[in-house]
This record gives sequence, C-alpha cells and structure tokens, in this order.
Amino acid sequence: MSQKQEEENPAEETGEEKQDTQEKEGILPERAEEAKLKAKYPSLGQKPGGSDFLMKRLQKGQKYFDSGDYNMAKAKMKNKQLPSAGPDKNLVTGDHIPTPQDLPQRKSSLVTSKLAGPGFHQFGSWVQT
Amino acid sequence: KKKGGWFQNTSLEITLALMATLQSDIISTVEFNHSGELLATGDKGGRVVIFQQEQENKIQSHSRGEYNVYSTFQSHEPEFDYLKSLEIEEKINKIRWLPQKNAAQFLLSTNDKTIKLWKISERDKRPEGYNLKEEDGRYRDPTTVTTLRVPVFRPMDLMVEASPRRIFANAHTYHINSISINSDYETYLSADDLRINLWHLEITDRSFNIVDIKPANMEELTEVITAAEFHPNSCNTFVYSSSKGTIRLCDMRASALCDRHSKLFEEPEDPSNRSFFSEIISSISDVKFSHSGRYMMTRDYLSVKIWDLNMENRPVETYQVHEYLRSKLCSLYENDCIFDKFECCWNGSDSVVMTGSYNNFFRMFDRNTKRDITLEASRENNKPRTVLKPRKVCASGKRKKDEISVDSLDFNKKILHTAWHPKENIIAVATTNNLYIFQDKVN
Repeated sequence: MSQKQEEENPAEETGEEKQDTQEKEGILPERAEEAKLKAKYPSLGQKPGGSDFLMKRLQKGQKYFDSGDYNMAKAKMKNKQLPSAGPDKNLVTGDHIPTPQDLPQRKSSLVTSKLAGPGFHQFGSWVQT
Repeated sequence: KKKGGWFQNTSLEITLALMATLQSDIISTVEFNHSGELLATGDKGGRVVIFQQEQENKIQSHSRGEYNVYSTFQSHEPEFDYLKSLEIEEKINKIRWLPQKNAAQFLLSTNDKTIKLWKISERDKRPEGYNLKEEDGRYRDPTTVTTLRVPVFRPMDLMVEASPRRIFANAHTYHINSISINSDYETYLSADDLRINLWHLEITDRSFNIVDIKPANMEELTEVITAAEFHPNSCNTFVYSSSKGTIRLCDMRASALCDRHSKLFEEPEDPSNRSFFSEIISSISDVKFSHSGRYMMTRDYLSVKIWDLNMENRPVETYQVHEYLRSKLCSLYENDCIFDKFECCWNGSDSVVMTGSYNNFFRMFDRNTKRDITLEASRENNKPRTVLKPRKVCASGKRKKDEISVDSLDFNKKILHTAWHPKENIIAVATTNNLYIFQDKVN
C-alpha cells in the first residue's frame, strides 16, 4: 500500500487535468474517503450494497401509526416490552410496530401550486427581440 | 446558420433565450415531444406543465420561437395505501410522449404506483345558436320557438384541455422508476425496483410481467433495477440498468419472461481499486439509447458512459462529469448526495451528450471533438440573451480567477433533469425550482 502511495502521489496532485488514467488516480482519494467514513462510523457494515441498504431503498414510503396493530401487539406482549425502532427506523421488519414516538412528522399533502397560480403566466414577456 | 454541434467554434456560443417558471414546485421530470414543439415538466406536487414553442416569427426571423405555457393540469394526487400504511407520493417520476397521430397530443405520466395516459386537445370553436336553448344554457320557453335553428360552430378563444384517457394501476409493488413507449406505438413498459411490466396502451386491467428479479428470500437481495428503456427501432428489444452498474439487454422474442438477458454490459473493475463506495457510485441512474439505436448511454454517479450495443465488455467512451467529487465521497455519503439520480440525454444527431451536476452546473460532451464544457443555470449569473460563460471547477491547488473551488460548490443546487430538443439546439434544464430553456445563437 505504501509503495502505491509513493508512485501515485505526484499523479494525484495534478489529477484534475488527467482524463486517461482516472481509475488509477482515483484509488487514493476514494480509499482515504473510505477511511474517513469508517473512522466516523465504525459499526458500518462491510457490504454497503447488501440487502439492508437496498431494503431501505425499497421501503420509501412513510410508515404510519396504526392504533389497532399497536394495541393488539401490546396486549399480546403483556409483560414483555414492545420491540423498539432501533437505529434504523425506516426498516420494516415483521415484528416491529411503530410506536407514536417513532413516527416522523407527516408532511402536508396538498402543496399549493405556485406554478398553476395566477402569477405564473407572466414569464417570457421580457424576452423580446 | 451553423450545422453540427455547438463545439465547432473555439468560443462556445450558447445563448440564454428564455427562462420559465419563476417559482415552481420541485421539478421531477422534463421531456420534449417527438417534434420538439412541446415540452412537458412534471413536479413533486403531481402537476404537469406543458410549454409550446411559438411558430417562428417571420419578422424576427433571427430567433426561434419562444416556449410559452400551453397547458397545466394535476396529473396525480397523493394517495394512502391503507393496507400497508404507506403514503403514495404524487410526485411525477417520468413523462413520455406518444408520437402524434391526430390533432390531439398524448403523454404517459407516472408516479410511484400509477401510470396515466393523458390526452391534450385544443378547442377553438364552439356551437352557437341552439334551437331549444339560450346562449347561457337555459331552456327557451317552447311556446316562443317558432322556427328551426341549427347551431353553427363559431371561433372562440383557444382552450387546451387535458383529460385522463387510461389509468394503469395496481401493477407495481415497488416504486416505478421508468416508463418507455415501444416503437410499435401500441405497447409500453413500466419498471420498478424489482420488476418490469409490459402494457398495451388500450388495456388497463392487465399487464405482462417481463422481468422479475425479486429473490425468493429478500435477504438475498443484492441489486435493484434503476432504469429501463425500449430500443428506438427494434420493438422486441429493451434494456434495464441496475444498482450494481450493469445493463442487461433483453429480447422479448426469446421468452415470455426475460429473466435471462441476451446481452450483459459491464465494465470490469480492478478488484484492488474497490472501496466501500465502489458499488454505490457505480449504480446507474439513467440509461438512454441513441437516436440511431446503435449506442446507449449510462449515467453513474461520477461519469457518463457510451456503450456500443455490439460490445458488452466495456463502454466505447467514458466522460468524467465531476471527478473532483471522488475525494469528497465521505461527506457526500453523509449528506445523501451520493444517492442523487442524475439523468442524461443525447442531442438530435447523437454527437453531443449532456448531463447535470451540482451548483446548478450542467455538462456537455462532444463525442466527435472530445471537447467538453461546464455551464451554469442561474438567474444571478445570466442575463437574458447573453452568451453563457463556461465555468470551471478547481479541484485542488491554486484557484484561478473565475474558477470555483470544490469546497464552495452548493450541493443543494443539483441539476438532475435535462432534455434536448430532438431536432434543434434547444435544451431544457431543470434546477430544483426553475426551468431554463437555452438555445444557440442563430446568426
């Protein structure tokens, strides 16, 4: 690794001009960035493209509180504690029932349309030849 | 008037011609129709706005027609899936135009779950002089009707009406990322993260599943579909790209379910170069066939690649969009920018490709001359009808005058959607809240 650093250091400094050997010069900055990230988040998994990451992507929608589910689960559990949201609140698992504390604030669904409003049609008038 | 690309001169002349939509909801898609006369935009609020190019002004023949608002309508509304307690966003993910076959225009628009076919038609005359009705619609007293009067059509102010003609719903469990109309003009495909369906434009109650990459055990999931498109000429061929940087070309004649690809396009990676970010930045955010059908272009986080359909093992051309970001991947991962999905597009002659970047910059690459340019879409830095000044990002070292350093780039100002007129040098560029239309100076 250190040998590689020696070879590529001079190339890295003028990296902005090079087009041809991008991949080679990219190693060092990318690895340095990876080291930075690992230092900040030591628990980050080895496989970022793994199923956790993709599952998060598939579950784009917000999960809402369902009082029926919540109370049923509470009744079932009785003495046990309800499984908490954990670090990844958006990940849906079979056991997890969102609690009122887990929920993100619901965004307002009706966005007023500035585009379709009366002020819109004025554009273009200043462009005259 | 110069033919060919914008890159023939040493000084690139790209003139800001028109700026539209001062304030809009976040623009989520931009698409010219087949003639280029109409430009559609979709936004986060589920609205579609269509612009129409003015007919060329005979007196002021040195400029092409401006684009003005032609029609605005609410395409999708927010919905709630009660079964899964999930909100379905009304954001328009994609718009695709059908080729025009009669007086009306048709387009497909889609959100995460539902595709709609919209008919946009003009009304410029109305019937007047009904026999039994007054002009305001009230019925006349029958005893006053002594003669027969036949209504005639009289001109009226142009009204543009949009009506939903077909609603294609309930076919996608996951979020729709692409729609593409087949060259047979009868069918189209819709793709979500794990499946691709084939529809007939006339039939809404069923679709055929043609690709399904959902594993039996979801814990084995390793890649998702990121984009899909039909070939422009071969009605049996389509491609889909993945989050792992691969593109699969499928032939629908081979089998009903195209889980086995006919071709797999993948650039080999040096395993010693692999890092935590490798797979994320290799994820393809857009795939577009060239107009000729011979090539396809893919966009991943840092580059644009051109593939020859006859060669699967590597792209024939690679263009770096913003290579200086490679040393910023850690912070781009933290602020989620690394997951931004940039689109790309071809010009009409397939000689120039364009894609967006950050800081409201967008980039163009001339495939013939291998020259590239960075331009900015912003009101502060551009006056109407002035030539756009090329921009330059300083990756490291001493910053020259007029250069912008990587650290002062605004990563909230991203250009994800761009479109190029199919025949002329007119481009549409969407910043977060604004649409810019640029055209070249006609001498």
